[in-house]
Amino acid sequence: MRLRLSEIRDLLDAKVITGEDKLDLDITTAFGADLMSDVLAFARSGCLLITGLSNPQSVRTAYALDIAAILVCRGKPLADKFIEIARELSIPILWTRLIMFEVCGRLYQEGLTGCICQASGTEEKHLAK
Amino acid sequence: MPSDEYLEGIYYIQGRDFVDAGVVSSEIKRTLKDKGIPENIIRRVAIIAFEAEVNIISYADQGTIQLFIEPEAITIEAVDIGQGIPDIEQALVEGFSTADDAIREMGFGAGMGLANIKKSSDIFKLASEPGSGTHLTSIIKLNGQ
Repeated sequence: MRLRLSEIRDLLDAKVITGEDKLDLDITTAFGADLMSDVLAFARSGCLLITGLSNPQSVRTAYALDIAAILVCRGKPLADKFIEIARELSIPILWTRLIMFEVCGRLYQEGLTGCICQASGTEEKHLAK
Repeated sequence: MPSDEYLEGIYYIQGRDFVDAGVVSSEIKRTLKDKGIPENIIRRVAIIAFEAEVNIISYADQGTIQLFIEPEAITIEAVDIGQGIPDIEQALVEGFSTADDAIREMGFGAGMGLANIKKSSDIFKLASEPGSGTHLTSIIKLNGQ
């Protein structure tokens, strides 16, 4: 199932901060995290990044991975630098006051899936037995 | 290290310069795009360069990232002057981190960086002298491996 960025905006009562010209972009997968370390390790290209981290590093992380768009959740304040870099790197930014759980729930219900289902390769010593 | 004729760029990185974290890797990515390198390769190099850049900013006084493009491989050499890594084996364990609050506020310091660089590389070398610095080499082969 795919959703247009404009549909995602409507589902989440979101505002479009940058990328007005890219609202017809199709999104099929998403990844949610505040830790860019984890985004770099687990997210996949073309997905929607759902995050509460609204600093330049989330845009640069999205750029490194060819992430389609960023949705900033929990109404996090947006620094001028964040918006400036998003424009420079042509990454659409949506902004909503909804919390991450609510965002993920609404999008999942509409058919979006995680860009991966579970992390692989990590070892957990507490699960050894 | 590959011969200088394949050197595509040298990028200087200042330690603790959190605002500019990611500038160098964005530039490397643009360079590779201009050269027509395949997208999946570019993404791997961009991840490696970004993680290496964040590491220098987070833990070193200063450093450089060098980008080499050879016909069959891309090499990233990240060399820094700084505290170094006392126990490399431990530093490569996912989740192990010595990050401070400034690093975590930036969204990093989860202890995934070096492991992620290793995972994204075809050849990975890490050497460090505690108290003096760290030298990371990451090679990505272009022949589909």
